[in-house]
Amino acid sequence: MPAKSLEAQVRHQPRVAIVELQGEINSFAEDVLNAAYAEAESRDANVILLNFSKVDYINSTGIALIVSLLARARKSKRRLLACGLSSHYEEIFQITRLVDFMSVFPDESSALALADGSNGS
Amino acid sequence: MATILQRLRMRRGGLAKRESEVIQISDASQIQQMMPPPMDIAPNDPIVAYFLSAPGAVEVDKLHLDSPALQAMRDAGVKLAIPLVSQGELVGLLNLGPRLSEQDYSTDDRGLLNTLATQSAPAVRVAQLVQDQQIQARENERIQHELRVAQLIQKTLLPKDLPVLPGWKVNRYYQAARQVGGDFYDFIYFDDGRLGLVIGDVTDKGVPAALLMATTRSVLRAVAQRVVKPGQVLERVNEIIYRDIPPKMFVTCLYALLDPKSGQLLYANAGHDLPYHRHQMGGVTELRATGMPLGLMPGMKYEEKETTLAQGESILFYSDGIVEAHNPGRGMYGFPRLMKLIGEYQEESSLKDVVLEDLADFTGPGWEQEDDITMVTLQRSKGYEVSEIASRSVSPTEEENWSIDTDWQILAELTIPSQPGNERIAMEQVTEAVEVLQLPTKRLDQLKTAVAEATMNAMEHGNHYLPERPVSIKVMASKLALSVRITDHGGTRTLPSDPGVEVPDIEAKLAELQTPRGWGLFLIKHMVDEMNISSDASHHTVELIMYLKGEDNASEKS
Repeated sequence: MPAKSLEAQVRHQPRVAIVELQGEINSFAEDVLNAAYAEAESRDANVILLNFSKVDYINSTGIALIVSLLARARKSKRRLLACGLSSHYEEIFQITRLVDFMSVFPDESSALALADGSNGS
Repeated sequence: MATILQRLRMRRGGLAKRESEVIQISDASQIQQMMPPPMDIAPNDPIVAYFLSAPGAVEVDKLHLDSPALQAMRDAGVKLAIPLVSQGELVGLLNLGPRLSEQDYSTDDRGLLNTLATQSAPAVRVAQLVQDQQIQARENERIQHELRVAQLIQKTLLPKDLPVLPGWKVNRYYQAARQVGGDFYDFIYFDDGRLGLVIGDVTDKGVPAALLMATTRSVLRAVAQRVVKPGQVLERVNEIIYRDIPPKMFVTCLYALLDPKSGQLLYANAGHDLPYHRHQMGGVTELRATGMPLGLMPGMKYEEKETTLAQGESILFYSDGIVEAHNPGRGMYGFPRLMKLIGEYQEESSLKDVVLEDLADFTGPGWEQEDDITMVTLQRSKGYEVSEIASRSVSPTEEENWSIDTDWQILAELTIPSQPGNERIAMEQVTEAVEVLQLPTKRLDQLKTAVAEATMNAMEHGNHYLPERPVSIKVMASKLALSVRITDHGGTRTLPSDPGVEVPDIEAKLAELQTPRGWGLFLIKHMVDEMNISSDASHHTVELIMYLKGEDNASEKS
């Protein structure tokens, strides 16, 4: 079975970049994910929001990729947020303690509301 | 021009006869001496154009052309040539030697000969056409006869009855092309219930191909009764037929051995088109095993592979007549279209009919089949085996190493090729197998993640992503629990025997003190109720246990 590829679209808002992901986050997703993250960083956003609402599969390699992004974000003092996770992957983010380092929101608007708040402060 | 000259060549004998007719007036014994041997005129000989443009009798000695035919006529003693032209085509020549009176041909003689030529040319043409037709008819009759013989051989030897296997649908299709290629298929029955499937194609067409096909079939049948392993069967068959096979001929052949009870299929391939295995969720894989066609050279080895057909899965064996069929635009049907079709067809339909319909759509009406078309389809029915095997319990001795020894029902036995991304196939097939248990969504999602992670580990660490080392998955259920056993070929490996395993430290990972990876076993452990690891010298098995009456289930179901 050919693995579904990951597609990523980056939308820039003032100081926030939204990375909308679609497909599967596994070993095949590495290049797309890293390129999207680089694009998100390119306009000086200090918050990067990963929208997982169209992601239907994340495996342990995918978790490792997200951990790497989180490490990159922390190095460059950016905040990484997540939204749109299914309850199953939210559970996995909890088990792996990813949630301790990246806030998880139900959807994009609630995530952006917080991002706006933190920008304003 | 080429046509004319070919005809002239074909009618060499005719020309000689006509000469004798003209010269019959004089002494027959002299005629014999004077009669020139049959003559061949090359297509580009300038004399052809000359004869077509020259009206009437031509004095050979007076011609000056760089023409081998002219030289041949001179050598044969021809003095006068009168072209026979019908409808602008040179259909023959009246060649005359010197007059017996040793005088030149008179104007009257020439006039008479010209009239004779003008009148006889159309008659000669008609006679030639009739002769051509007779030759053609004899040739056609010979071909038709040969065709009937080839068809008879093929008809006699291809099995008429289909295997009847409970829980399986076996189908076949064979349509000879006009010329009858060398396709064949066969079913071989064994006493223990296993079924041998053969599909092959002999190079060449007609009777020689049919005879070689007959030989191959008989040899294969005989060998298969004595030798079990498909790779060894093909090896033996190759050794035997190699000695007798005519040069430039060979046989592609795939031999598979099905165990209908387990769905296990062992196969080896001597250069035949790769069969397609359609998995439960629509994924399609090729059954790839390497080996040279039969009869090419001695001492060949044939790789043997194995796959398992789960319920609802199917395999298509076919010959190149399908994939090499052309449409009116000369486009070829091709492997990608066939593979896509198999991935998309509805399980309940007949795979054979689906392929034939799509082929007809592609070639359009009035298609003349270029090569034999042969298919054998194998479909494992859905749901059949569950009810059949429901009463069977796994023997405690076989299962004593495992955590819960109660009445287990096998829901599925799967084989997943070790290729990156194939854990998705495992997830989907296990999901389908446990559908009867109606797990709550949360539990099902957890099971899927655990199965995917364990399968990935098996493919990567156990099988090193070697396609010839598949991962075996056995799904069983009892009243109390669900068990999924994922086995690879890794044998004992240096994993902590306690599946409690160390907890990956995300802080160390973020600080890049630990690799970001290493979440697999950790995730599995959190997704299921028990994880058991066992190994022997050559296999490594992870068993995932999920309790079916646990609090999670109870609370979700209520």
